[in-house]
Amino acid sequence: MPLVAEILIALFLVVSGVFGFVGSYGLIKLKDSIQRLHAPTKATTLGVGGVLIASMIYFYVDTGHVSFHELMITLFLFLTAPITANFIAKAYMAKNTREDEVPPSTGDYGWSVYDDPPESPQQS
Amino acid sequence: MIEYALLFAATCYGVALLFDLWRMAVGPDAADRILALDTMVINTIALLVLYGIWRGTAVYFEAAMLFAMVGFVSTVAYCRYILRGDIIE
Repeated sequence: MPLVAEILIALFLVVSGVFGFVGSYGLIKLKDSIQRLHAPTKATTLGVGGVLIASMIYFYVDTGHVSFHELMITLFLFLTAPITANFIAKAYMAKNTREDEVPPSTGDYGWSVYDDPPESPQQS
Repeated sequence: MIEYALLFAATCYGVALLFDLWRMAVGPDAADRILALDTMVINTIALLVLYGIWRGTAVYFEAAMLFAMVGFVSTVAYCRYILRGDIIE
């Protein structure tokens, strides 16, 4: 394996390890639940992205053809991380925030955490 | 050089898993526990990929892919249970 590829893979691995560590350290360091939501959803996703890029480079140099498994995992994680963060924030709000503490919604209906969804036109 | 970088990254993710376990045991709110579980899933995906590089096989990518899907579905199901009191309405 050429030296440039080794240096590149090692750099990606070290950087991603530091990012994953910082993400989980923020999970125990920050004070509030909503603050704690910030650290792992971003830093850890970036850390896993670094590991997957290092794996892509390694298997490209090792076998000679590009493997797309890592790209699929990266794409899936980058798609699902915001959705899970949104769901966790909604679950926290549903348990810990009263309805009269949030500002009124600007749409026609209330907030989706507290109110039932509006009737769909097909049902009536 | 790659061996040392792999060891460093695996140590980082192992300590990160311990932090997540601590937050999941202590966590004052259910949202903290869900978040710790989701972070544990992501860290375990990273550990699986690191082990795949260590062994030099591409077998572990399927395991990592399945783990990512199951982790996402379980996180959403747990949040749904807290939000609506039911998973499939």
